[in-house]
Amino acid sequence: MRTSAKFVGLGAAALLVLTACNPSAEDEETTDNGDAAEVSTDISDAPEQTLIVWDQEVRGGQNEQMERLNEAFMDKYPNITIERNSQSFDDLQTTLRLALTGSDAPDVVQANNSRSMMGQFVSSKQIQCLDDYSEAYGWEDRFGDILAYSSYSEDASVFGEGCVYGLPQVGETVGIYYSESKLAELGLEFPETWEDLEAQLPEIADAGEVPLVLGNIDKWPAIHVFGAIQGQYTPAEEIRTLGFGNEGASWETDENVAAAAQFQEWVSEGYFNDGVNGADYDQVWQDFANGEGVYLIAGSWLAADLNEAMGDDVRFMLPPSDGPTTTGGTGLPFAITSAAEDMNVAAAYIHFITSDEAMAVLAETGNVPVLNASDFAGDADQVVGDVMTAFDTLVSDGNIVPYLDWATPTMDQVMGDALQNLIAGNSTPEDFVATLEAAYTEAQN
Amino acid sequence: MVAVPGVAGANGAGPRRKTSSKRRSRAITTVTLLALPVLVYGAFIIYPLIRVVGLSFWHWDGLGPATWAGFENYTAIYEDDRLRAAFLHGLALIFFFAILPILIGLPLASMLIRSRAPGLGFFRTVVFLPQVIAMVVLAVAWRDIYALNGPINTVLGWFGMRMTEPFLGSFTWALPAVGFIGTWVSTGLVTVLLMSGMARISESYYEAATLDGVGPIGKFWYITLPAVRAEILVCVTLTTINALKTFDLVYMTTSGGPGTSTTVPAYEVYYQAFRAGSVGTAAALAVVLTLLIFTINLVVNIVGEREKK
Repeated sequence: MRTSAKFVGLGAAALLVLTACNPSAEDEETTDNGDAAEVSTDISDAPEQTLIVWDQEVRGGQNEQMERLNEAFMDKYPNITIERNSQSFDDLQTTLRLALTGSDAPDVVQANNSRSMMGQFVSSKQIQCLDDYSEAYGWEDRFGDILAYSSYSEDASVFGEGCVYGLPQVGETVGIYYSESKLAELGLEFPETWEDLEAQLPEIADAGEVPLVLGNIDKWPAIHVFGAIQGQYTPAEEIRTLGFGNEGASWETDENVAAAAQFQEWVSEGYFNDGVNGADYDQVWQDFANGEGVYLIAGSWLAADLNEAMGDDVRFMLPPSDGPTTTGGTGLPFAITSAAEDMNVAAAYIHFITSDEAMAVLAETGNVPVLNASDFAGDADQVVGDVMTAFDTLVSDGNIVPYLDWATPTMDQVMGDALQNLIAGNSTPEDFVATLEAAYTEAQN
Repeated sequence: MVAVPGVAGANGAGPRRKTSSKRRSRAITTVTLLALPVLVYGAFIIYPLIRVVGLSFWHWDGLGPATWAGFENYTAIYEDDRLRAAFLHGLALIFFFAILPILIGLPLASMLIRSRAPGLGFFRTVVFLPQVIAMVVLAVAWRDIYALNGPINTVLGWFGMRMTEPFLGSFTWALPAVGFIGTWVSTGLVTVLLMSGMARISESYYEAATLDGVGPIGKFWYITLPAVRAEILVCVTLTTINALKTFDLVYMTTSGGPGTSTTVPAYEVYYQAFRAGSVGTAAALAVVLTLLIFTINLVVNIVGEREKK
């Protein structure tokens, strides 16, 4: 047959070329210009140059703060021109790998803290350790523990300690949204303890309302809800180890099983809206804004949108307990690539956009500054102010624990799938923790 | 051999040339004309294809140094439940994308052609409409249609069959629900293709059959069906390819969920390469998927050709 003959020929040709074709087996060449001996915090005399920055600050207030800060930076240092490339989070996730290995790599990039992004960049030496600059600029004193979120050991085997690889601008936390008037209608107040919350749920359901709402068709929203529940059962230090994917903890503990069991029980008791696994995340918070459901466990990033829809009626609180423990973190940290032309300039830029003045700009544009957030709460809209106070409380008096899907490159899928199974009643809490334990230990070998 | 257009003679304006020089100029023209397509085809299809095959033999995270994997990435596909399931779901989608639309399309096309109803053009357009809308747009629309408070569930509610969980969030119904979107899209293409085939059948066959006392089903079975065999073959080929390379539909409606009940190979290729950082596994998946599509179509066409004789 003529066609098949053609394909055989094509196959043979392909095999020939194949022998000479493989991914770069040798180490990527890095143009490491950052000479550690020449750390300088003064760049006003630096030669005229362009700083290429890749960020994902595309939405309203995020974009605005970035534009304002970039402009202020260029005003302060006329010798530096910033070339900004802004893409959505998803687009950045997929294109950054290629960009970093390309010949025209950016100087400063916003990379997700997770092992699947920053961790891999560290282990492949695509981004640089900033410890010298951290010392020169005093970042450790200013940022404190939150720096753990962008720290890795040099081979990226340990997450949460070691070298600092990036600085965040904003803080994030998972908490509980509710409508003040709605609680008043039901004759309730926001609970002071987790037990109070548990006791309220059947009461709310009996009154014909949906106690909790969740839209989990995209798999990840349930991870955050589980994180808030887990914070009530499992010691923070253990969650931290599990979330960072470090050695020395186990998913298969009574506490984690209890947390999973509570989540499943809440679903089976009907405390969540019907069809959690098939409900759309955005649709659900919009329904919530329109008066469906009493509590919405979700991230602080919804505050601005909910504020717009509900005004002063909506509030945000941390999960009620002493020294609250809940999932939270920082916005995507800004890191310096190995291809950076001038380390001093890149570090000065990162310092500038995370300085105290920058925090004020962030707050003005409706973001939650990672530092001194509660100082700005008074001037913000009510729910945004709640978020700022909550974040500050969490960092100073509570335990902020990492997103659980950071642990391994595939944990987002493994955990997303496992939670959908748990919610649907396809698996027991014991199966659930066993699945996670398998993924967690496999990544360490 | 490619026919050399007459324009080639323009080079040699003037008196007649010798045959050998004519042949040479013809060869030069052929090469020149072929060069660009070959270059483009090679650079954008052949080279990436070879590169993907090459990558599939390495463990690589897309950033650091790669290590030789041999056939490990391929055996992983067979051993990993998740990846194996993805292929099974892909095969299940063939039923929804290819077989079901043809079963619906055949009588539908036959009715649209034979009924001579007024407004035929309108029906034809309506049936074909899903084909011209981007799959991403359709997926977003169907997400709402399948929602708990969406139209389908509302209608089911009138008959007391309301679902308590949304179709796309149900471990039982998610795959059929995603597949049905494919059926809905493919049916238009299939129907229009079959109609064009049926339009060619001479009316005299049907008249003769009527005189012989053959009923409508007999006419369909003995006249229409054999006449459109070639079109059916084209339909099966196109829709099978569509079924197996489905990505946007799954990505937009379920992200492979709930659990892993709607993962498909193309979605896994994307996920492994861009999210999980296992470029080798993704490449191996892509190679297997390509081979699978190629094989299925080869078989379909060989069987189809043989039946014709």
